Amino acid sequence: MSIRITIDGNEIITQDGATLVDVAAENGIYIPTLCHLKGKPCLGTCRICSVRVNGNVMAACTVPVSDGLEVEVDEPEVSDMRKALVEFLFVEGNHNCPSCEKSGRCDLQALGCELGMMVSRFPYRFPVRIRDHAAKRIWLERDRCIFCQRCVQFIRDRETSRKIFSIKDRGTHASIEIDIELADKMPPEQIREAAELCPVGCIIEKGVGYNDPIGRRKYEIKSIRERALERKRK
Amino acid sequence: MHTEVQTILEQYHSDKTRLIDILWDVQQKYGFIPGEAIMALSEGLNMSCNDIHETISFYHFFHARPSGKHKIYLADSVIARMNGYDEIREALEQACGCTFGAVDESGTFGLYDTNCIGLSDQEPAMMVDEVVFTNLTPKKASDVIAQLKQGRDANQIANPDGNGRRDVAYVDTLVKGNIHNQGPVFFKADRDFKALLEKCLEMLPDEVIETLTVSSIRGRGGAGFPTGLKWRLGREAEGDEKYVICNADEGEPGTFKDRVLLTRSPGDVLLGMIIAAYAIGSHNGIIYLRTEYRYLKEYLEQQIQGFYDQGLLGEQILGKAFDFDIRIQMGAGAYVCGDETALIESCEGKRGTPRVKPPYPIQQGYLGMPTCVNNVETFAAVSRIIEEGAEWFRTMGTNHSSGTRLLSVSGDCQHPGIYEIEWGISLNEVLQMVGARNPMAAQVSGPSGECVSVEKDGERVFCYSDLSCNGSLMVFNESRDLLDIVKNFMRFFVDESCGICVPCRAGNIDLLRKIERVIAGRACQQDLDEGVRWGKLVRNTSRCGLGAASPKPILTTLEKFPEIYQHKLVQPHGALLPAFDMDAALQGHELAYKALVQEEME
Repeated sequence: MSIRITIDGNEIITQDGATLVDVAAENGIYIPTLCHLKGKPCLGTCRICSVRVNGNVMAACTVPVSDGLEVEVDEPEVSDMRKALVEFLFVEGNHNCPSCEKSGRCDLQALGCELGMMVSRFPYRFPVRIRDHAAKRIWLERDRCIFCQRCVQFIRDRETSRKIFSIKDRGTHASIEIDIELADKMPPEQIREAAELCPVGCIIEKGVGYNDPIGRRKYEIKSIRERALERKRK
Repeated sequence: MHTEVQTILEQYHSDKTRLIDILWDVQQKYGFIPGEAIMALSEGLNMSCNDIHETISFYHFFHARPSGKHKIYLADSVIARMNGYDEIREALEQACGCTFGAVDESGTFGLYDTNCIGLSDQEPAMMVDEVVFTNLTPKKASDVIAQLKQGRDANQIANPDGNGRRDVAYVDTLVKGNIHNQGPVFFKADRDFKALLEKCLEMLPDEVIETLTVSSIRGRGGAGFPTGLKWRLGREAEGDEKYVICNADEGEPGTFKDRVLLTRSPGDVLLGMIIAAYAIGSHNGIIYLRTEYRYLKEYLEQQIQGFYDQGLLGEQILGKAFDFDIRIQMGAGAYVCGDETALIESCEGKRGTPRVKPPYPIQQGYLGMPTCVNNVETFAAVSRIIEEGAEWFRTMGTNHSSGTRLLSVSGDCQHPGIYEIEWGISLNEVLQMVGARNPMAAQVSGPSGECVSVEKDGERVFCYSDLSCNGSLMVFNESRDLLDIVKNFMRFFVDESCGICVPCRAGNIDLLRKIERVIAGRACQQDLDEGVRWGKLVRNTSRCGLGAASPKPILTTLEKFPEIYQHKLVQPHGALLPAFDMDAALQGHELAYKALVQEEME
């Protein structure tokens, strides 16, 4: 069913029940995302797509649109909230962009640039997180995990559909875990899929490092905003 | 071990949605959940070992390593701390020969802290294995340990008369009821459940729902969703099966009224569930009981059995074409499971992580089917509404808050315990009723609610549009250190955040650090301003009610008692913030330098 909503005052005609974050992108309005993957079940973990919907702050990846919705994206207070959430992630783990294999193709780094983050307003925690390189072809760099749950939900053992990646403990003690036996069974293309799915440099394919020179890396060629709009525009 | 685990699995038909029950049985057998058992479960359930660890490590009461033959959990709540928690802690450490968070050398005792265990009217209190000990003194606590050392089990010590666990006398031996007034709705004696259900089944399901809609009852868990509307949606929802779940995961610090309802009036609750099942068209019900109320389990099972024996549960209830069963699902220790979607995840054997909404449980809940989740008190009240009629209920309370509700009162008052109040009563009236002594502040709805000033807010009334209370009321007198209480509440939220979303996982820690900074006398005005802004951020962007509420201890005390914060602030000198600790920073450099030198030498 065709419905009308407004985003930042612009009237948009779309389909009832479509996901707000996709509707916005299809209409050229960028809402930053970190955990969202179009066409996959909603994870709703990063909250970076927070916007105002009829006055209330909601994560746009969790909102099915309905007629008459009034959405504010480019509003100072909620824009600052999105930026603050990115800043939280930078202090919660240990993110050292210059030495990271994912630099230039990392979603978190790209969002930091996109949202104009110069420094985090929150105190740095410098947590001690032990990296795990026991798997034959995967390097788990826990310092960089942002607990988006993409790998947990979407990468499964192809034979048994068991979880390869999982979360241990809860809250601030949580850590990302990898099942070595199952990881060692992963075919090369699935390893690549997992590494690409990871929005940060936590899941790294061993033997593959800085494969693109500075200046020609993913988000240097085209920004995260341009890519999001290009991918989703009708 | 493999065959033993196999036997447990068979009991649950190797159904992974029963993982919580399976893990409880394994832990019961071995004292903890050994790696070898996890491997056997992994094969039997077709889950990776890490996947099973996801569930184990989420819950406070599951242990993946040896944790003591006797596991002792001392409730660390604001109320316990007002009543001698520190002395009990010390006495336990001395008696057990180990510190908290550890196991003694012989492996006999494991000492653990735990959040509110629903006994705020009789604290300090501790759980030992499957029982609880209340109104502790250091002597009483040491005495329990001494008896355990002599080989008696916790059950024998707590229940010396040997009451059967299915008997209410057993529960009464362990904990007090402390009901202080008899209101119109709850705790009615000698109810004829059979006659009442007959009356209900003569109505059409739509008429039952209409009765609730007219009564204007709203959910008693805290959110206040209209019960009639929820059930209407449940009736209209499409699904091969529908479920009714009673939320008995009473985790909000300071509340214990559900414990008393389940003890004194379990039939009211069961009947309310049966009425719900009839109204929405469900055949299966679950009571999700928090581990902290483990001692109620056999008693409740007996009550459920009594309903089966009377033909009020089971197949063809009272001769009608209406089947309904109820089972008890034990929790395993997670406050966030009070959220209905987290509770459903937990019922399915998973981590208690709140789901993304929509869809709402009433559309897609337990096992993806329409699920009606209501609070213990809501079900009990429903059974009375069907008995006395919608008008009877609606004439009580206020326009938008009909009927009465139960308050669990604790803290600085003469008679902590359970009170039934009509909505519309003022805070001052309640404080007088409970014998509050020089009250300064009242914490309405626990940490996730509001801290109000008795002086400024005494005339405010309990109702959904003003003091919308979820049942917890803590009274603090003038001698109490509110900042310390706020710190305790913030630590509670940090402990209990599931960590699925960024703002709640990361933000609550920063808020806790802010309040610690204020208490340490190292905060300036900037810290308070940031506390408010960050609090608003966490409240607005978090995924579930926990994060939406967690900054409230700071925000509401800052609003009502700004002077206690101002009093603690310091003026910054020069460019450095008062929070910057020069000595610590230099010491940090020293340590880092030494570590680097050492690394180089190796």
